[in-house]
Amino acid sequence: MADATMTAPGAVTTAKTTLQDLLPKIVLAPSFAIILVFVYGFIIFTGFLSFSGSKLLPDFSTWVGFENYVRLFRHPNWIVSLQNLAIFSVLYIVICSVIGLGLAILLDQKIRGEGFLRPIYLYPMALSFIVTGVAWKWFLDPGIGLEHAMHQIGWESFSFRWIKDRDFAIYTIVIAAIWQSSGFVMAMFLAGLRGVDNEIIKAAQIDGASTFMIYRRIIIPLMRPVFLSAFVVLAHLAIKSYDLVVAMTDGGPGTSTWTPALFMTKFTFGRNEMGMGAASAMVMMMMIFAIIVPYLYSELGGHKK
Amino acid sequence: MLRKLLIGTLLATGLTAGYAVTTQAAGESVEVLHWWTSGGEAAALNVLKKKLESQGITWKDMPVAGGGGEQAMAALRARVTAGDPPTAVQALGFDITDWAKQGVVGDLDSVAGKEGWDKVIPAALQKFAKFDGKWIAAPVNVHSTNWIWINKKALDAAGGKAPETWDELIAVLDKMKANGIIPIVGGGNAWNAATMFDSMVLSLGTDFYQKSLIDLDPEALGSDKMVEAFTRLSKLRSYVDDNFSGREWNLDSAMVIDGKAGMQIMGDWAKGEFVNAGKKPGEDFVCIRFPGTQGAVTFNSDMFMMFKVGKDKQAAQLQMASDIEDPAFQSSFNVVKGSAPARTDVPDTAFDACGKKAIKDLAEANEKGTLLGSMSQGYASPAAIKNAMYDVITREYNGDLDPKAAAEALVDAVAAAQ
Repeated sequence: MADATMTAPGAVTTAKTTLQDLLPKIVLAPSFAIILVFVYGFIIFTGFLSFSGSKLLPDFSTWVGFENYVRLFRHPNWIVSLQNLAIFSVLYIVICSVIGLGLAILLDQKIRGEGFLRPIYLYPMALSFIVTGVAWKWFLDPGIGLEHAMHQIGWESFSFRWIKDRDFAIYTIVIAAIWQSSGFVMAMFLAGLRGVDNEIIKAAQIDGASTFMIYRRIIIPLMRPVFLSAFVVLAHLAIKSYDLVVAMTDGGPGTSTWTPALFMTKFTFGRNEMGMGAASAMVMMMMIFAIIVPYLYSELGGHKK
Repeated sequence: MLRKLLIGTLLATGLTAGYAVTTQAAGESVEVLHWWTSGGEAAALNVLKKKLESQGITWKDMPVAGGGGEQAMAALRARVTAGDPPTAVQALGFDITDWAKQGVVGDLDSVAGKEGWDKVIPAALQKFAKFDGKWIAAPVNVHSTNWIWINKKALDAAGGKAPETWDELIAVLDKMKANGIIPIVGGGNAWNAATMFDSMVLSLGTDFYQKSLIDLDPEALGSDKMVEAFTRLSKLRSYVDDNFSGREWNLDSAMVIDGKAGMQIMGDWAKGEFVNAGKKPGEDFVCIRFPGTQGAVTFNSDMFMMFKVGKDKQAAQLQMASDIEDPAFQSSFNVVKGSAPARTDVPDTAFDACGKKAIKDLAEANEKGTLLGSMSQGYASPAAIKNAMYDVITREYNGDLDPKAAAEALVDAVAAAQ
């Protein structure tokens, strides 16, 4: 290339290789520094906050030890939040995976119009959770939504008031979240299904296996990494669930649909309890780490082998 | 060379800063953080903006929408932490005290002393507008929460007499129910239910209100009277339609305006909804104090809390404070906003019937010492305690706790938040 015309090709080549060695590091350095400060730096900052007596603004002059954590786990709203998180995340992850896998298998049957159907299931993912939340809030509202429409077309006995019922409101949030995310899970599974080696399937067919058996014994077990990825994506979305709840119920009726993320913002910014808010944020972070770390470990460990 | 340049710049800025102070406020600006973004509120705020502009002060608007100001306070945190607070911030009750404790607020004593604020602003408001004996905020208005807004037609159909006691209220509600309308609406969220609860407690006595919601006496909080207050709240809930949850107060008002519902317990900001819909007090709707609370007022007051700003902005800040307390402004602003003036010496001629009543009740309560901070609006206790009470009230209202359990939970929640 250009160095052919140079008088001292050797020196230039060394400079070039050093540059080539350095370039990735130089390019990555700013983002590395930014992540170091704004992610890990602030995690440490929040950790300190959670042991301080901060109320309105960060205050590092009073240290209260684990008191914020003790108060947190004694607070009825936090207990409700944890229960809701358990209900929400289990149903959300399981149902999303089942529907996503089901849709992907159906779409994988080389049907006509797949290019048209696939985006239909994917589009909800393009909406923000706020839009999804508002739309479902209106749709489920007995006064203007589904129930009202059913009454208007003459089905007077129809009743669906879950969003107004403190025992069932959390399930309406599950429904909206599943509607939003199933298409995305479907896309993940579809990509996985397309990656399955045709030779294996043909071999199974020659052995006389039914389609059901092929899916149950061969294809679905092969989807294991996809299940894992879907689980990690959905689980952290579940723990962070905030915008959907705010848009749909804002924690109501009563305090029945509080989630940990809602608790964190309400306590930190609304109630001037920054210390407790930080403690709840730390607990949430530990929950996410409990999911992500084993996942990364298994992924990275796999490459080394 | 560099040093010369630096000194030159310093001198120049010093000179301009000095110049700005000597030429008073003209050419300066105020940056105002507020959450008055809805129609009537924005119109009212425009009165102040116009007045300042006529004095040569530029208004830098920093609206952060969201009733109650939670989002606005979050935005303020960021600005204060960055060391660049706005000139003036709309704020409520204990939030003002909390900020004052951080040592970031300004000092309005020079204006307040000259204009004699101490004499014309009720002492109950001064408790929040002053910190350590210094004026730090300029009160704009006084709202109160112990109101009922009744559709006149619905009331006429139910006997026509505005209820004066709890039993009369229940009788009217029963008649409205028999007439086939929703007798009462409200309580769609925690704040809304808490606003109703102010009146429940106040109707059982001003002393009881003071002891329980303001002094936070555990005995009063867990007393039989508190159980009774919750029982009353549940009783009213039984007249509300099943679809109330999540409905905003202004939609409740719209239902009363349309005659779908009979009445609503809400602060007098609700009047704006009625007036904007072309309804007239006395003819289309009736405003009364919650039965058993006539003579007492649970107030909240919007104030502009002033922050410590650079010398170049101080003159404009003081001018803004002075403009807010100008009696003519107090009248024109509050007529539009639907509240009573924060000064007790403002003539009530420009106000409608409900406004006149609000001003009269306020003056009376101020004299009798029954002007009490509203718990629901953050004028009775700091945010942490207020919200702890909200939790209990909204759970009780939604049937999660019975009145007796709610009174017990209230004692625990307040203790945990203290």
